[in-house]
Amino acid sequence: MKKLFALLLTLAMVLSLAACGGNSGNSGSNGGGDSTPAASGDSGKVVKIGVFEPQTGDNGSGGKKEILGMQYANSVQPTVDIGGETYQVQLEIVDNRTTPENGPSAAAEVVNRNVSVVLGSYGSGVSIAGGKVFQEAGVPAIGVTCTNPQVTSDYDCYFRICFLDPFQGTVLANYAKEMGIDTAYTLAMLGSDYDQGLVHYFKEAFEGLGGKVVSEDFPEGSANFVSYINNAKSAGAGVIFAPVSVNYAQLIVEAAAAQGFEGSLLGSDTWDDNMVLESAQGKSVKINITTFYQEGGNAEFDNGIKEWINSNADAKTNNGGNDTISAVSVMGYDAYFTALEALKAAGSTEPKAVLEALPGVTYTGVSGLIEFDDIGDAKRDAAYIKAANTSTGAWDFVKVQGVG
Amino acid sequence: MLPYLINGVSVGGQYALIAIGYTLVYGILRLINFAHGDVFMVAGLLMVYSTASMPMYLALPLVLIATVILGFCIERAAYKPLRTAPRMSVMISAIGVSYLIQNLAFYLTGGVPQPVVNPIPWISENVMVFGESTKRVTLVTPVLTIVLVAGLVYLINHTKIGLAMRAAAKDFETAQLMGIKINSVISFTFVIGSFLAAVGAMLYFTNYPSVAITSGGMPGLKAFVAAVFGGIGSIPGAVVGAFVIGLCEEVIKGVGLTTFSDAFTFALLIVVLCVKPTGLFGEKVTDKV
Repeated sequence: MKKLFALLLTLAMVLSLAACGGNSGNSGSNGGGDSTPAASGDSGKVVKIGVFEPQTGDNGSGGKKEILGMQYANSVQPTVDIGGETYQVQLEIVDNRTTPENGPSAAAEVVNRNVSVVLGSYGSGVSIAGGKVFQEAGVPAIGVTCTNPQVTSDYDCYFRICFLDPFQGTVLANYAKEMGIDTAYTLAMLGSDYDQGLVHYFKEAFEGLGGKVVSEDFPEGSANFVSYINNAKSAGAGVIFAPVSVNYAQLIVEAAAAQGFEGSLLGSDTWDDNMVLESAQGKSVKINITTFYQEGGNAEFDNGIKEWINSNADAKTNNGGNDTISAVSVMGYDAYFTALEALKAAGSTEPKAVLEALPGVTYTGVSGLIEFDDIGDAKRDAAYIKAANTSTGAWDFVKVQGVG
Repeated sequence: MLPYLINGVSVGGQYALIAIGYTLVYGILRLINFAHGDVFMVAGLLMVYSTASMPMYLALPLVLIATVILGFCIERAAYKPLRTAPRMSVMISAIGVSYLIQNLAFYLTGGVPQPVVNPIPWISENVMVFGESTKRVTLVTPVLTIVLVAGLVYLINHTKIGLAMRAAAKDFETAQLMGIKINSVISFTFVIGSFLAAVGAMLYFTNYPSVAITSGGMPGLKAFVAAVFGGIGSIPGAVVGAFVIGLCEEVIKGVGLTTFSDAFTFALLIVVLCVKPTGLFGEKVTDKV
């Protein structure tokens, strides 16, 4: 009896291992799998683009949406001409599991797959952690939506196509001031580079405009935000600025609705996620966020990606079960094409050549013109402000806001 | 202050429902069931999936039954074969089960937090209490906790199975000699613990409607601290401990020390273990040999 039991346990373990292996292989070859039919015509040369994104953990849902944009781009343009030869583009997707501790090992795995250039990550902390590995390996990386300045300032190999936190924080502070708010309450997770960075810049800008800021932090893994909302109410705050991960954003929305917070919730680019919309639907909350793109900005792209998401069950699941376009997907799409431009300019699949070519690359993407400054950051001077429509469950466009 | 107190009592009620699971199992097996927090998380996931696919009157009983079966199976598969093994082996087995459950959940959910799309009606609605808005579940939780605990105390003190549980807690071997079927008593203990954890999960994930695979971790740990604080093995102790910790946490957030709200709970654990290792209501164990 005991032996049988032990045998069964062993079997179960072997089977589960096999199942896990099957799954990771599947997700890894997703991008390539879509494009194999087109490969039959050419010489079969392959260029690999690394995708360094979270698929699990707090940022898993955001990372998956960013990957969707890249996969869609890969299905639109599966080949690239480098130095007169046509190469098949293969995405090498590695899960960095959101947290900085996992960043270096995931980055090493991406590098080991012999990629020419890396895209990612969603989330600044893990990008900073992975940057060191890319730097040592001499592989160029294109940050897609990591907005903390350190990502590019610390590493020469890191470039970025989105706006930065000093800019985003200032935009949000200006917007809060324009709403006629004098007191703001900020909420950030302890130990998160992204959260703390944005709060810092928001505070600086808002206090510079003559406002008052009350700041509080919450420990990782918190679920109960009721008391924080009450603190904001007793501080007389007109807005709660919480640049946090999507799952905390959901809980904050829930708590604000339950506590009847009458002011507005201000979110950063992480909030641009249909899971936040889902939480807000049918509740009396006001949500304003800054983001990279507003659905409707480019009808051709919108229709294309919607059609692709609807025809692909996996993609639809990863997009949260509907076809609302996240700004991060748009950024993923633009990042992919920026990488192709860099490969073309380099004329080689060598990471070193791509790294040398990247500073001179310009590309007009769906989210606007992308060109890099000396540090490797994209020159961006406007952010979209959107508001959650709690009755339709969609984002309403409010305005384009600059810092001026 | 009032909203903090209301919320604190509600949080305390949720911790209490989990803490009872720890304290019951410890009382009989002298085992800290580390998988308990994860059973709580699985109950939350079950609630997400079942409420999305079937009507509420079917979904909720199903969550309770499935969680109870899970608790029962964990005991049979991971703890019963180790009944005569050293206590440390059982504890390690418990840690293994905890990680096994988390990783299975990771595999099923893809590691992405699952939002509760169809919250339980009525208790998820907003109400006004003394001019403050809150969810109805906040008010229901402490009341339901007290009712369930009263029922449990009655069961333990006035029924035959309760008598058997008390006997097993007092002296494991002698209870067996007196004809108590020790395995069914232990299974019953796990059934009760899992049932309360499932009820706790329903209330918890109505208030904070997003279930991540690590969702069981923090509440589980804090409930464990509550059980130790109240005196592990004692049911009233676990309940009192849970309410004290829930209230203290929220009040600390209320006075502006939000950063330290978790640290406080664990500092309390250390202080209790140093000053009064048996907790508030714990019995002093005298070794008879």
